[in-house]
Amino acid sequence: MKASVLVKLSLRSILRNRMRSLLTTLGIIIGVCSVIVMVAIGEGTQASIHDNIASMGTNLIMISPYRGPNSVNRLVVEDVEKIRREAVYVSAASGVVRGSGIAVGGVGSWSTTIYGVEPDYIIIKEWKIAEGDFFSGRDVSVRAKKAVIGSTIAGELFPGESPVGKRFRIANTPFEITGVLESKGASSMGGDQDDLIIVPLTTAMSRIRRSRNLQSIEVSAVSENRMDQAQAEVEEILRESHRLPPGAESDFSIFNQAEIIEMASSVARTLTMLLGAIAGVSLLVGGIGIMNIMLVSVTERTREIGIRLSVGARRRDIMRQFLTESVVLSLSGGVIGILFALGAVKILNSSGVLRAIVNPVFILISAGFAALVGIFFGYYPAQKASRMNPIDALRAD
Amino acid sequence: MAVIEMRGIERHYSFGEITVRALDGVDVTIQEREFVAIMGASGSGKSTLMNVIGCLDVPTAGSYILDGMNTSGASADSLADIRNMKIGFVFQGFNLLQKTTALENVELPLLYNRREERVNAEARAREALERVGLAQRMHHIPTQLSGGQQQRVAIARALVTRPAIIIADEPTGNLDTEMSFEIMSLFQELNDSGITVVMVTHENDIALWAQRKIVLRDGRILREEKNALRGPAGGGAARAVSAFPALREAKTFLRVPLP
Repeated sequence: MKASVLVKLSLRSILRNRMRSLLTTLGIIIGVCSVIVMVAIGEGTQASIHDNIASMGTNLIMISPYRGPNSVNRLVVEDVEKIRREAVYVSAASGVVRGSGIAVGGVGSWSTTIYGVEPDYIIIKEWKIAEGDFFSGRDVSVRAKKAVIGSTIAGELFPGESPVGKRFRIANTPFEITGVLESKGASSMGGDQDDLIIVPLTTAMSRIRRSRNLQSIEVSAVSENRMDQAQAEVEEILRESHRLPPGAESDFSIFNQAEIIEMASSVARTLTMLLGAIAGVSLLVGGIGIMNIMLVSVTERTREIGIRLSVGARRRDIMRQFLTESVVLSLSGGVIGILFALGAVKILNSSGVLRAIVNPVFILISAGFAALVGIFFGYYPAQKASRMNPIDALRAD
Repeated sequence: MAVIEMRGIERHYSFGEITVRALDGVDVTIQEREFVAIMGASGSGKSTLMNVIGCLDVPTAGSYILDGMNTSGASADSLADIRNMKIGFVFQGFNLLQKTTALENVELPLLYNRREERVNAEARAREALERVGLAQRMHHIPTQLSGGQQQRVAIARALVTRPAIIIADEPTGNLDTEMSFEIMSLFQELNDSGITVVMVTHENDIALWAQRKIVLRDGRILREEKNALRGPAGGGAARAVSAFPALREAKTFLRVPLP
């Protein structure tokens, strides 16, 4: 029997029991749809994490003061100065402290994150100044009460006017605004990247953090292919600065951007696989639904099978007929599921809550997988049909 | 030339310890263009014999040559091909595919035909339906057809592959007298045109349409007899009857098996 005839035959039999066919394919629709959506969310998250980390800076190397539990923070401003003085492969270095506080001034107050950094930080982050200037190295050494603000703060405290030269207070310390950062908009994870205040590192350490230790040091390597050298160099300088004897473990951790991306992505990948696997279970359940209905269908159509056998159908003709039917069922469920998934992904992305990325190759794979489910779960019922004895089948009611 | 040659056919069914000999040494020879009725009470083995002749069942012992082909030891696939190309079945319950038009029902055997893949199935099916007088009902589904019309569709389906024999199992069992008459006339017409017909029936008046009767009892042939009223020349009489509605009514009224 020709393939076109088989497909026509199975479509007719599927359409004959519309409600039943719909309910049967629903399992596959939900299965395929959830697999695609879940994996798309996973991949979207992965991409967001990647973008987020990539946007942290160029050729970035980060030094964290901690190494394992119970470690003591020994990063100080002198470490940064030593790196800046001695490192060859480093183009910019800055100590960083962070804190939160409420900025009061202009027309109201705004709770935000305050960064204490050095002027090099603007190079590392590739920030641009929209208005005014960044504070200078001198401002850092004299603990000047100057601040550069993000556009969100500018809009909240000084709507409709230029905030440069204006003043505001954080915990009763007055700051003068020297510049406004160019707006970066929302991050790929949905956070507001313009909701921040940047003050000189020393000012932040004495007025906001009240600690002589840094929370991190961020360093830019001179170029992407000098990352490894820069990293080794920074590590050596810091060990020297901390007076660590050769062979002793470093009392800080050092990562480069690629490593951070890799670490975060591997977590996201695991998440993607987990989501996909859970959704895959529903596809499996859908397949069992198909098998169930195909078994019912074979029993109901015993007489039809008998008639076909009596007019000369071979066993494999019967087998193919029922296999085609289950594959058409599962494949159409798969196609509908894919369409639903594309719709769901579109809605998700436009809602802005989650980012989802559909890989076109994965769509093909899901369609193929749906067909495979049809073959796998249709095989047993089809075989049962093909093994019928023509005489008994003809006698069935 | 013999279309069917059966020698020492046996068919045993085992139910645990008990073995039932449904056919117990049957010799049957049926010539080309013959119209044979197989008769017998229920349990006589006539249905089993029909199944064996139709290659739906395989004998336990004995040899069966159909249209020059030895069927012993044939694989399931070759038996399917034999059923497809050499045999046309007509059943008591019509056995048409439901919700499927007459035309598509008749096309069915051609869809499974492996030798003649290129045949225009639809044209052949139309031709067969025209031959049984259903040219106007091709696109009707079985529930829209009377019992007699459904049986005609089944006959067209049996004819469409131009088989060596047509096997009819109680073809009039579900039909009233008038429709039975129409169907039997059709069989006779087909037989007159050269088609071999083997018919299983338990009704004597239906068996009278055949040229020869084979009567079975307990899996063996009890007797074979030629039908004196019928014979190759008798076809004309039946045609005459069907041509005169008055005679047909008389037959219905009297319930007499007029030839």
